[in-house]
Amino acid sequence: MNWRTPRTGGLALLAAVIALLPLALVNNYWYEVAILIGINAIVCVGLNLLIGYAGQISLGHAGFFGLGAYGSAILSVRYGWPPAAALAATTAGVALLALVVGRPILKLKGHYLAMATLGMGIIISIVIVTEDRLTGGPDGMSVPAFTLPGLTLAGERVWYWITGAALLAAVWIALNLIDSPAGRALRALHGSEVGAQVSGIDATRAKVGVFVISAVFASFAGSMTAHYSGFITPGKVSFFHSIELVTMVVFGGMASTFGAVIGAAMLTLLPQLLTILKEYEMVVFGGVMIATMIFFPRGLLPSLMLALGRKRK
Amino acid sequence: MNAPQLEVTALSKAFGGIHAVDQLSFEIEAGKVHSIIGPNGAGKTTLLNLLTGVYAPSSGSVRLEGSDVTGLEPHELAARGMARTFQNLQIFFNMSALENVMVGRHLRERSGWFTAMLRFPRLTAGERESREEAAELMRFVGVGEYIDADADAMPYGALKRLEIARALGSKPKMLLLDEPAAGLNPTETHDIDTLITRLARSGVTVVLVEHNMRLVMGVSDHIVVLDYGRKLCEGSADHVRSDPRVIEAYLGSEGLAAC
Amino acid sequence: MLAQLLQFLLAGLTVGAIYALVALGFAIIHNASHVINFAQGEFVMIGGMATVSLANSGLPLPLAIPIAVLAAAAVGVVLEKFAVEPARGASVVTLIIITIGASILLRGLATLVWDKKLHALPPFSGDQPIELAGATILPQSLWVLGVTLGIVLLLGWFFGRTLTGKAMLATAHNPLAAQLCGVNVRFVLMLSFGLSAALGAIAGILIAPITLTSWDVGVMLGLKGFAAAILGGLGSGTGAVVGGILLGIAESLGAGYISSAYKDAMAFVIILAVLFFMPSGLFGSKSAERV
Repeated sequence: MNWRTPRTGGLALLAAVIALLPLALVNNYWYEVAILIGINAIVCVGLNLLIGYAGQISLGHAGFFGLGAYGSAILSVRYGWPPAAALAATTAGVALLALVVGRPILKLKGHYLAMATLGMGIIISIVIVTEDRLTGGPDGMSVPAFTLPGLTLAGERVWYWITGAALLAAVWIALNLIDSPAGRALRALHGSEVGAQVSGIDATRAKVGVFVISAVFASFAGSMTAHYSGFITPGKVSFFHSIELVTMVVFGGMASTFGAVIGAAMLTLLPQLLTILKEYEMVVFGGVMIATMIFFPRGLLPSLMLALGRKRK
Repeated sequence: MNAPQLEVTALSKAFGGIHAVDQLSFEIEAGKVHSIIGPNGAGKTTLLNLLTGVYAPSSGSVRLEGSDVTGLEPHELAARGMARTFQNLQIFFNMSALENVMVGRHLRERSGWFTAMLRFPRLTAGERESREEAAELMRFVGVGEYIDADADAMPYGALKRLEIARALGSKPKMLLLDEPAAGLNPTETHDIDTLITRLARSGVTVVLVEHNMRLVMGVSDHIVVLDYGRKLCEGSADHVRSDPRVIEAYLGSEGLAAC
Repeated sequence: MLAQLLQFLLAGLTVGAIYALVALGFAIIHNASHVINFAQGEFVMIGGMATVSLANSGLPLPLAIPIAVLAAAAVGVVLEKFAVEPARGASVVTLIIITIGASILLRGLATLVWDKKLHALPPFSGDQPIELAGATILPQSLWVLGVTLGIVLLLGWFFGRTLTGKAMLATAHNPLAAQLCGVNVRFVLMLSFGLSAALGAIAGILIAPITLTSWDVGVMLGLKGFAAAILGGLGSGTGAVVGGILLGIAESLGAGYISSAYKDAMAFVIILAVLFFMPSGLFGSKSAERV
């Protein structure tokens, strides 16, 4: 095993951070923040496969996150399914939905694709807000704790380790995919779509494939959030959350799996830190977004790596 | 006489009202070097785009090894043995040189999404094989020194050959080269010449679109001359060279001097 | 029955005119810079809110309105100069994030300069509804339709007849060639942001007496304007206007006959349906990829 490759070295570093972080988490509030970071990071790692590697934008992934959360919630609350079965069925359902809508949507390019994914996300969000008999509408709904036969998963500490393990798995899967024939096909599409096609890559199939994977990551994270927090509201399904997710990916660095994790961590922490600014929070947050993108257009991690590489030379 | 490998019948492509390729018919024989020449704007690149599925034809048909392939997508044609390079490079600059060539092997890769995501042992073995073969191809086209390089760090001449290596990754039956010598110096052009001859000898049909007449006349078994999207004439290098229409339309101005 | 249909159509036309103005703003900026400006809705908000606060401080409307429009245009120019210009050459997604950052920043500023409350602007000429073949129309709606029509004609003249307008079109088509012909591309960029912002602000002022205005009114209006611009085909002025009107009418009919809860979803269902069959919108040019 070569520990110096980004793959193994990065995974080891991430595992070490997850293992040691609890030493710095002084109370339950910071555990909650850490779990939130982990959940956002899982979504971003998947979204980065789509945006960063395959070069296809989505402004609607909060929709998949929301479907995951509400799917799990509705199946377990309204229909009495065991949470594990609800989770499995929801994930499969979202994968199927992404497969069906992905085909026509991913034939679109550029701003048209942005519009279509945005529209898809908004439609999902409006349906969830409107169908209040199932979803509780704008007030949200409560969700039971995640149970397995003879085991109930509850409490911040337990969920911290679950989220940490899930994030490691998500990163591992993403790294594996990128460094494989399928992953190369995705990157090739980003580099030159026509060049990829004449090399035998079915562009639509590859795009839909990665769209489904990113939707599954988002949906799974949504289901986790529902069971962990015990209560969900439509806020996490909104257009704003979609934008927030894309911003995390771009912030950390497109086409960098660890960048996506860092972006998720930074942008989850930033609002927590900015609350002390009270009414100035939005202004500063918007300003930081603009400044970061102007000074680090490739995102934090790749810009940092580039600077380090230059220094070394 | 063998049946032709590729049979083009009355192929046309119009952009707006302009016929870039107009009622074009010709045949391509397996294992030979065929060139398509003509003045600028004669429709050569459009023809290549039609043959590889990048454009859909307005009318006419293309048959590959006896079956109708008109209007198929580029990846479907690639699966039937068609590979190509581009006049304007279509390199994946976001990847390493070696990975570019590995993409060329896409159709022959055996591991799918799940194998990849869970990194089954099968994948690792396939990846090693893929890497070795891609490196071999890079050496074959003469860019072995860039095996560890990123594509965006390579000079233009090497990128042109990298694209050929990528095209060869699929083990194509037919390779279409769009101006492989454009922008190259005489030494590099000579290397391309040698490369084409080697490819043809290994059994790959080569279809060459090229402006460099010395290269075309030297390597071609058969030449199709286009003018305004139509076929002006076709035949061997000697035949084409002596055709008065060709001399007038094309060789008359600049080409003769080059011959 | 017929009167009801006419009522829905009139309501749709009014909202559609507003969408058209916002969509024109998207199209103008996209043409000049290939940027999708997600802060476009904020210009709508600034127009409405600035007029309200100026009017509240005692300024008569005919004076408050031009000042508010100019203020929005100034914000547009500043946005171009300090947020978009420094990031030129960055990827599409990066530019989208920048304009979204600008949108958050502007909304934050609005809550600081003004507040988080809803505000009403008095109608320009009374609120006595006018009877029209059994349906009624507010005088303000006539203002919306009239001003929008005037602006569309004015823009048609500007882009078709004036040198500056033609320079902007040339820049949209080929910035390098335009520059070689002596067009000041940087000026065109600033002008396009200023012009778009002014259009957005006018939309915001026109609609404020009908729907009220507040610090976050720009979000949905911006998204609908984007949808209208895409529906018509990005970069096409005609497309933006037709897209806006169609969207407004479809929304109004959908809300009236199908379900009012799904009014906002209607626009996006339509846009998805259209894009599935016409991937470049109604009037968008199909760009053939050259290789």
